[in-house]
Amino acid sequence: MIKAAYLHIPFCEHICHYCDFNKVFLKGQPVDDYLQALDQEMKMTLSQYPTDQLETIFVGGGTPTSLNEQQLDRFCESINRNLPKSENLEFTFEANPGDLSTDKLQILKDAGVNRISLGVQTFNDELLEKIGRVHRAKDVYQTIERAKAIGFENISIDLIFSLPTQTVTDFQESLAEAFTLDITHYSAYSLIIEPKTVFYNLLKKGKLPTPGEDIEAQMYGMLMEEMEKHGFGQYEISNFSKPGFESRHNLTYWNNEYYYGFGAGAHSYVNGSRRSNSGPVKKYIDQIKCGVLPVFEDHLVTKAEQMEEEMFLGLRKTEGVSIPHFTEKFDVDPLKFFENEIADLVAKQWIDVKSNHIFLTKKGRFLGNEVFQSFLVG
Amino acid sequence: MNREDRLKRQEKIRNFSIIAHIDHGKSTLADRILEKTNALTSREMKAQLLDSMDLERERGITIKLNAVQLKYKANDGEDYIFHLIDTPGHVDFTYEVSRSLAACEGAILVVDAAQGIEAQTLANVYLALDNDLEILPVINKIDLPSADPERVRNEIEEVIGLDASEAVLASAKAGIGIEDILEQVVKSVPAPTGDPDAPLKALIFDSLYDAYRGVVAYIRVVDGTVKVGDKIKMVATGKEFEVNEVGVFSPKATMLDELTVGDVGFLTASIKNVGDTRVGDTITNAKNGTTEPLPGYRKLNPMVYCGLYPIDTARFNDLREALEKLQLNDSALQFEPETSQALGFGFRCGFLGLLHMEIIQERIEREFKIDLITTAPSVIYHVHMTDGSEIKVDNPSNLPDPQKIDRVEEPYVKATMMAPNDYVGAIMELCQLKRGIFIDMQYQGENRVSIIYEIPLAEIVYDFFDQLKSSTRGYASFDYELIGYKPSKLVKMDILLNTEKVDALSFIVHNDFAYERGKIIVEKLKELIPRQQFEVPIQAAIGQKIVARSTIKAMRKNVLAKCYGGDISRKRKLLEKQKEGKKRMKQVGSVEVPQEAFMAVLKMDDNNTKK
Repeated sequence: MIKAAYLHIPFCEHICHYCDFNKVFLKGQPVDDYLQALDQEMKMTLSQYPTDQLETIFVGGGTPTSLNEQQLDRFCESINRNLPKSENLEFTFEANPGDLSTDKLQILKDAGVNRISLGVQTFNDELLEKIGRVHRAKDVYQTIERAKAIGFENISIDLIFSLPTQTVTDFQESLAEAFTLDITHYSAYSLIIEPKTVFYNLLKKGKLPTPGEDIEAQMYGMLMEEMEKHGFGQYEISNFSKPGFESRHNLTYWNNEYYYGFGAGAHSYVNGSRRSNSGPVKKYIDQIKCGVLPVFEDHLVTKAEQMEEEMFLGLRKTEGVSIPHFTEKFDVDPLKFFENEIADLVAKQWIDVKSNHIFLTKKGRFLGNEVFQSFLVG
Repeated sequence: MNREDRLKRQEKIRNFSIIAHIDHGKSTLADRILEKTNALTSREMKAQLLDSMDLERERGITIKLNAVQLKYKANDGEDYIFHLIDTPGHVDFTYEVSRSLAACEGAILVVDAAQGIEAQTLANVYLALDNDLEILPVINKIDLPSADPERVRNEIEEVIGLDASEAVLASAKAGIGIEDILEQVVKSVPAPTGDPDAPLKALIFDSLYDAYRGVVAYIRVVDGTVKVGDKIKMVATGKEFEVNEVGVFSPKATMLDELTVGDVGFLTASIKNVGDTRVGDTITNAKNGTTEPLPGYRKLNPMVYCGLYPIDTARFNDLREALEKLQLNDSALQFEPETSQALGFGFRCGFLGLLHMEIIQERIEREFKIDLITTAPSVIYHVHMTDGSEIKVDNPSNLPDPQKIDRVEEPYVKATMMAPNDYVGAIMELCQLKRGIFIDMQYQGENRVSIIYEIPLAEIVYDFFDQLKSSTRGYASFDYELIGYKPSKLVKMDILLNTEKVDALSFIVHNDFAYERGKIIVEKLKELIPRQQFEVPIQAAIGQKIVARSTIKAMRKNVLAKCYGGDISRKRKLLEKQKEGKKRMKQVGSVEVPQEAFMAVLKMDDNNTKK
């Protein structure tokens, strides 16, 4: 059964120096046609791959809040009309601090959105400038105040560390600011320099002073300590929350479960296939208009791959991979199937096996990729 | 054909090569000549047709020779038969150049109208003169804004001593002067002399291996006639064969009944081993053949050695097969099995030079899909032991214990460099750094200088040419020849990773530079070897004495960050890529070492030149 849906709004008013998601400048884009196409895609997909009810909906981007009020209203109406929702739905909207007017917040609230995820990145205005963000720290406080006033109780912010020229102290200061906000959830990612970004080009020219692996490791260690100190549990490599506020949508991915993906360049995992949609907005719209699903890539995941993915996704969670669940799902005992890999990693003290789970040790969290690779045996 | 016809035909044959410094436009001129003689329809015309191997095209150099037969109707109304023999354009292949020149009566000397005479131009001209060829100077690229044909004409006269008054001014690229060149070939290149009825004498100037035909020998018939079905003998090896096919390339292989005096073509005779048709050998009749071979055959000796090891040790036999196959077409390649403690089973291979080595390495990786670890190149050292014996060492890790060595001799070359005189200082500084001994310096014309040094070959095979180019902004040209062995104060530097000696990283260095090089190499290795799961000390040692040390830090953090809107496939790809990267590394003890690290010794001078 499919319990999660991701919707992609590929428009941005400004493009950040590190972002390589599927996105385009908002100006001059056929936004209304796009929303119409999204509506159609949901309708077509749901009739082909129906579901009873969704536990989570996540609207990401791009910048979903770059839509104007009418568009936002229409978009939410379209979601609510097309997607069946469970009673305790987690309905998240990504937003840029500064974009969320009281009116827009009200539209979201009325539409049933109950979780806001803000792209804060850092509280250092100089760094914000350097990474191409247009908002400033003060926008964060104002937006969160407004959201709370309208009745949003589940608010998350994204932070990025290991930014160019960032020091451990600087990141610590940003964290300290973050803890003053009285919110429920934090995601903190170390900066990854991806191809086709401003940062990548700078890096290649030797003009991007990144802090380096040792500092990055220090920052990550400090992050985990601070979160624990402030009562936020780490439930995944990059995610921390108050008890009960874990993002159920994100957990769908790490639990290797199915999800819809709607919109240009969106990814889905439905009916045994991982698919991606056409990325270019125009192409996406044209395909929908022709009455076909805008599938760009379609890969039927083999059983061997499913087992690998169950491991490298599940190990991202603090609780790790459930051995009984794995055994039931694949009819194979992971401890036997991955016997050598597990023995090697346990010896290195990167993973541990306890209370029916295989999970990363604290040391292993720093070197997740080394662990994950071991499970790619095919 | 009877004797009359053969002699008449012989009158109309012109055999020639094109010689030039690299980049002076040799291949483009060859293309134009092919076009002009209608050897190809324009549709068949691919840029630089004679360079047929992919690698040649990519690198813009000619490695294997080609010989084509062309028909040309001259202004005198007569039809002529041209054989154009291509020559490799790199110093590593000098011997092959000299063999192909031996198959000609004339040579077109191409000189760039802007750059003038370069070191390789000179070297090739001397080879041509050694073979008594008629040389036709051509000043190419006259359409370039920087062209100065009159200066170059003077240079040819002053520096080489050739009469350049009739030098054709040409632009192969723009198709200017091509006909004049062809007319000069008719007029000035002598027709072959030789007796079609004499015993067969044919020079093998190249050979290649074809899976169906066996060895295809490229030959020039000097005397006599060879037909299908003839019994032939190789003078040097004494092996006998029966001729299956003879023919010419025009430029497609075209079968003929016979090849006779002056012809340049190919011959197959179910020859299974390239070693039986050595380049430079003479083919004659099996019965009543000549006992006097054509001059010039010599066995090629490799100058540079390195170890080739499969990254995946299970592919040792595949590597052997690949080397055997390559050797079929390349008798200069030598190899024998060797064992390294660090790298396992592999081969010590001998090459004509560094380019030759790189080409073989690339072909093995590309055509045979075997990932390789290549150790740093080495020359052959002559080691005189205290007990009076002498051994030859082609692998640095085999250099005996210093106490047992009386002295070590290393090969020296005479290096000739030519450049505008602004760069004299830079060149001399570089040669000094490379332990060169100054021999001579001469002004060539107004603004050009030729500088001669004697330099240890070991210094040349590293990155001398690259450094020469970079310190003279590409203006210097370079050629060298081996002149023999001289004693040097040499020591072996060992490298220890995680306190274990890695034999494949050992190198031989001059005593005076040892400490500095030790320091540079440990820093270089630290850059090249990625962080490991634990801290790894790197040490450089001479005998028991540690002369430099550094440390590769332990890996601290490697974990994927964000989930890209559920894009799991991308995560998987990234992990697969990281895992693949590790497979390209060699496990040496407990340390994963990438290929580049084994070549670190070559990169040592980067730091020096940057200063």
